Amino acid sequence: MDLFEYQARDIFEKHGVPVLGGVVATTPEEARAGAEQLGGGTVVVKAQVKTGGRGKAGGVKLAHSPEEAAEKASEILGMDIKGHTVHRVMIAAGARIAEEYYFSVLLDRANRSYLAMCSVEGGMEIEQLAVERPEALAKVAVDPIVGIDQAKADEIVTAAGFADDVKAQVADAIQKLWTVYKEEDATLVEVNPLVKTEDGQIVALDGKVSLDENAGFRHADHEALEDKDAADPLEAKAKANDLNYVKLDGEVGIIGNGAGLVMSTLDVVAYAGEAHGGVKPANFLDIGGGASAAVMAAGLDVILNDPQVKSVFVNVFGGITACDAVADGIVQALEILGDEANKPLVVRLDGNNVVEGRRILTEANHPLVTLAETMDGGADKAAELANA
Amino acid sequence: MAIFINEDSKVIVQGMTGAEGQKHTTRMLASGTNIVGGVNPRKAGTSVSFPAGEGTVDVPVFGSVADAMATTGADVSVIFVPPAFTGAAVVEAIEAGMPLTVIITEGVPVKDTAEFFALAEKKGVRLVGPNCPGIISPGKSNVGIIPADITGPGKIGLVSKSGTLTYQMMYELKDFGFSTAIGIGGDPIIGTTHIDALAAFEADPETEAIVMIGEIGGDAEERAAAYIQEHVTKPVVGYVAGFTAPEGKTMGHAGAIVSGSSGTAQAKKEALEAAGVKVGKTPSETAALMREILSA
Repeated sequence: MDLFEYQARDIFEKHGVPVLGGVVATTPEEARAGAEQLGGGTVVVKAQVKTGGRGKAGGVKLAHSPEEAAEKASEILGMDIKGHTVHRVMIAAGARIAEEYYFSVLLDRANRSYLAMCSVEGGMEIEQLAVERPEALAKVAVDPIVGIDQAKADEIVTAAGFADDVKAQVADAIQKLWTVYKEEDATLVEVNPLVKTEDGQIVALDGKVSLDENAGFRHADHEALEDKDAADPLEAKAKANDLNYVKLDGEVGIIGNGAGLVMSTLDVVAYAGEAHGGVKPANFLDIGGGASAAVMAAGLDVILNDPQVKSVFVNVFGGITACDAVADGIVQALEILGDEANKPLVVRLDGNNVVEGRRILTEANHPLVTLAETMDGGADKAAELANA
Repeated sequence: MAIFINEDSKVIVQGMTGAEGQKHTTRMLASGTNIVGGVNPRKAGTSVSFPAGEGTVDVPVFGSVADAMATTGADVSVIFVPPAFTGAAVVEAIEAGMPLTVIITEGVPVKDTAEFFALAEKKGVRLVGPNCPGIISPGKSNVGIIPADITGPGKIGLVSKSGTLTYQMMYELKDFGFSTAIGIGGDPIIGTTHIDALAAFEADPETEAIVMIGEIGGDAEERAAAYIQEHVTKPVVGYVAGFTAPEGKTMGHAGAIVSGSSGTAQAKKEALEAAGVKVGKTPSETAALMREILSA
């Protein structure tokens, strides 16, 4: 889960990372109040969107008074930045910047470890820096067990080439950012820019934090950080039912078991669709191991409520899941949904108890259900029905 | 032979007394796995009765992994405990010196995995998973949740990030059979990678050809492609899932995400093809490529 800048700022503050005052606002009036709260002087009004390049898009503006902060907020709120609508701004205290640096610590999948990256040339997009001036970006491996202690922090600031007058301060900030990473179960903590102000203070001016959703069980406070407004309504409904669902842009609804098989099913449907008017998969939905009638009904309910869906392909390979349970689930789900179930279903079952599973569906003889022998055959039939 | 597990493997189950553990221990025993014990400090000294043929078999419960190893000579542990307790269970197995620990649990925080993987490297022991279906060497041993009745022993080695795609591929090639099929898991950090499995299959005299299944996210497939080009002489066919996955969305597996332009299925397919691996567009096309190789 990616956080907004203002959420990252709050988490930084909680762990002692030096930050400037910042208040989130969803209306110009709140922006005015926020600017007053920060002392009534010069503030920066910053669009809160989970994408880069907001400065260039006009999403960051200076305001010299609370009135001007309200004006700038009304200009920025509602703006579209790379497809993200701005619903919130952060009113941030102004800073006189002398130098801009970069720091991040993140999961390093390739080395199955962590990586710290640091540069005395902050401010620009880090991907750009990495390409244009790779020698200016220090990369230091971080042992997950040891973390960033004083010695590691010193190693990082030395590798990045910080001047002596800021080394100690930056090393201290880096250790606190490591505390954020570790204590909050983050997979990314990035500060760009980390700045030296004209009076020599080190401050994290902008932050990006991604949290590990698997660690939610030990962070009761993380759920409140979720941006529920941004979720697609069907995704929100699926999530409320504990379904692993991603909305896509096609016509063939997909239900399967196991993430890999479902991803593969999307691809196979997309290939099959090439011969049927270019129809595409409408979603990813993994019903996981236990395909009970309730789970199947909840899944079908979400998919059939997608107005773009014209047909549904249920593709299950029974490993632990028994195909007869899946078949029962489909039959009962269609009963539960009644008239709501109004789109053709192609069902392919294989594996554990497949004979019994197919028998149940054949005997139920539901007018909407077609049985497929193979995954490729089922995908083709579902694509054909979506194009009818 | 086979890789990682064989008929001599002695297996303990961490979490055997829980519902999931009992269910899967029953299945593992039924497929011939030599299960020598379970671990639960609160139930040490008791035993759990499992159905076996017409009768039952009693599997002893030990207070710790170290006790279980000392008494039984166990050399494999399989973990079926909830995510909140998985880290501690894995650390216990590593510190006891367990040579191979297979972590089935889904939803383990990646910080825990990073920490126990670093510890395993220091101790020189192997982990498989987390968030994986485990390993089967058909007819010899089955550690995890892979159904044993899909196919039998044979000459194909299979390594996959996905459980159900593993089953699908075993089913497609059931008339050939497998030396070992291993599901390495779909988390961002995993104990055993495609490369580790490829190296083991290359060294295994029973394995004649290898199927490698990947999916979006990270660059493990690209690195595996480079490894194949350098080190693997046996024929390899590949399959990659997730061509239609949108950028920035996690597709079920915690590690299955395209970030910006990195981790795409297309890039993985191209890297594999550049290394001389034939890559199928669908699971059945991939199986057909393997058929051609084995029938030649």
